[in-house]
Amino acid sequence: MAKRIDEEQVRKVAKLGRLELSDAEVEEFAGQLSAILEYVEKMNELDTDGVEPLAHCLAVSNVFRDDVVAESLGTEKTLANAPERDGEFFKVPKILDEGGGA
Amino acid sequence: MEELSARQLRDRIAAHEISSVEATEAVFERIDRYEPVVGAYINTFEERALAKAAEVDKRIAAGEQVGELAGVPVAVKDNMCTTFGATTCASKILENFHSPYNAAVVEKLLGADAVIVGKTNLDEFAMGSSTENSGLKQTVNPWDTSRVPGGSSGGSTAAVAAGMCYAALGSDTGGSIRQPASLCGVVGLKPTYGRVSRYGLVAYGSSLDQIGPVTRTVADAALLMNVIAGHDERDSTSVDEREAPVCDYLEKLDEPVSGLKIGVVPALNAGADEQVQKAVADALEVYKGLGAEVVEIEIPHFDYAIAAYYMVATAEASSNLARYDGVHYGHRTKEASDYVEVYSKSRAEAFGKEVKRRIMLGTYALSSGYYDAYYLKALKVRNLIRGDFTKAFEKCNCVMMPISPTTAFKIGEKVDDPLTMYLSDIYTIAANLAGVPGISIPCGFDGDNLPIGLQIIAPVFDEQKLLRIAHMFEKETDWHIKRPTISG
Repeated sequence: MAKRIDEEQVRKVAKLGRLELSDAEVEEFAGQLSAILEYVEKMNELDTDGVEPLAHCLAVSNVFRDDVVAESLGTEKTLANAPERDGEFFKVPKILDEGGGA
Repeated sequence: MEELSARQLRDRIAAHEISSVEATEAVFERIDRYEPVVGAYINTFEERALAKAAEVDKRIAAGEQVGELAGVPVAVKDNMCTTFGATTCASKILENFHSPYNAAVVEKLLGADAVIVGKTNLDEFAMGSSTENSGLKQTVNPWDTSRVPGGSSGGSTAAVAAGMCYAALGSDTGGSIRQPASLCGVVGLKPTYGRVSRYGLVAYGSSLDQIGPVTRTVADAALLMNVIAGHDERDSTSVDEREAPVCDYLEKLDEPVSGLKIGVVPALNAGADEQVQKAVADALEVYKGLGAEVVEIEIPHFDYAIAAYYMVATAEASSNLARYDGVHYGHRTKEASDYVEVYSKSRAEAFGKEVKRRIMLGTYALSSGYYDAYYLKALKVRNLIRGDFTKAFEKCNCVMMPISPTTAFKIGEKVDDPLTMYLSDIYTIAANLAGVPGISIPCGFDGDNLPIGLQIIAPVFDEQKLLRIAHMFEKETDWHIKRPTISG
């Protein structure tokens, strides 16, 4: 039987999930994910026409709080775990190419 | 002293018979002795714990009012945020993450004057059934150090089993409290979804995750529930107490449930190993001896729970774990040449295999073209499973079945075969999908002296009755008193 998910699809999904995978991982995941998906497809034995999808097992509704000013974390605490910072900012590599002004 | 339950210790401390400092020192002596073998903790806080113990002793000596867990050494799974120590989720991506706030349950433990001795190991981001997926260390089963403790709360259950704390907190998304409790011979309760605040619990599968106690006795589980249950406005899925009041879970614990009807699905129980089947059958006999009636019920969609779970949980995980981007906190790659590589390389370098696998699976299930076939289908199957339980509870007060099809398996045995590992969650997952509470209590040992757990599942918000039912069994048996001889 054809694999549920081939290596090309694994690469595509990895890109969507922002995960860089090695060639060995791509190969391994193609096999393992295919086996898992094949198992998961046993759900297709069930007729679910007319069944509501259940995202949440309790009846939940949106919760609003009163619109009052409350204390927030503050700059220092927020930045305390930053891999790199510049003053009061999180520092990241340059996002725009040279000369590629937005 | 080390044989006491958390409640007994609390009472002795309150009665000035033992000091919290003595109890805490004894726990750290055991940690010194056994932790090098068991590996239950990612981090311990000896100095801090002893200071808290001394403070509690002083307040008790002065006749001041103290909390419900005053002076009792406890542990917390390392996916719950603490302002002291790191909060790692056993992941390299959070290895040096220091939370700016405490999880709601940590606040509650501290408010109850518990002494937090350490943070326990887990499968990375609570994804796994053996604690082998920890990115930081290996935990072994105190009953046999060549075997896994179960997972993902394997550090918490191993620590309680080894006497390296009196009680602990775990989290359960697909069985992660109950299965390791079973494999380590301790009590583990997954409350109803929404009963305990998830504020400060690092998210894995948000519609399934629930925090609960890992303890030596059912009474201790009730005691911990008294401390941690309740509404929290910071968790919008935590339940409104006007709709479902929190009760005193200790109050009626000693009252047996009269006219108890226990639902069983014979074909389901027959799926477990012979020795597990026998222990569960023997447990049912104990209940019959107490006047309970065993009725056959059906849970027609039970067999589809694993399939539905691994779509729902991984879809939620892939979304929840998108936050680990190497920008605001956590590991950042040194190799990035552009911003996309900051994300993709940071995640590649620091996530373990199982986490990557689940992100891939969930991303796939949510991706265009596959959403209806996998994710939406799984949500519909989830509804069918919840309906099964609602119907089953019309005929019985609780359902009993095994927790795990086998006792603790060997380290390394299933690690290269994810699907086989997933299938070991067969008995625990349905309760998460349906949101109902479930408990694991010790009910025997196999021929290799490995513990076996009995699972009891109750209707939503029926924790009080669930604990009473579990307590009935515990009073009649002494499985929960047995302790491992740790060697290795």
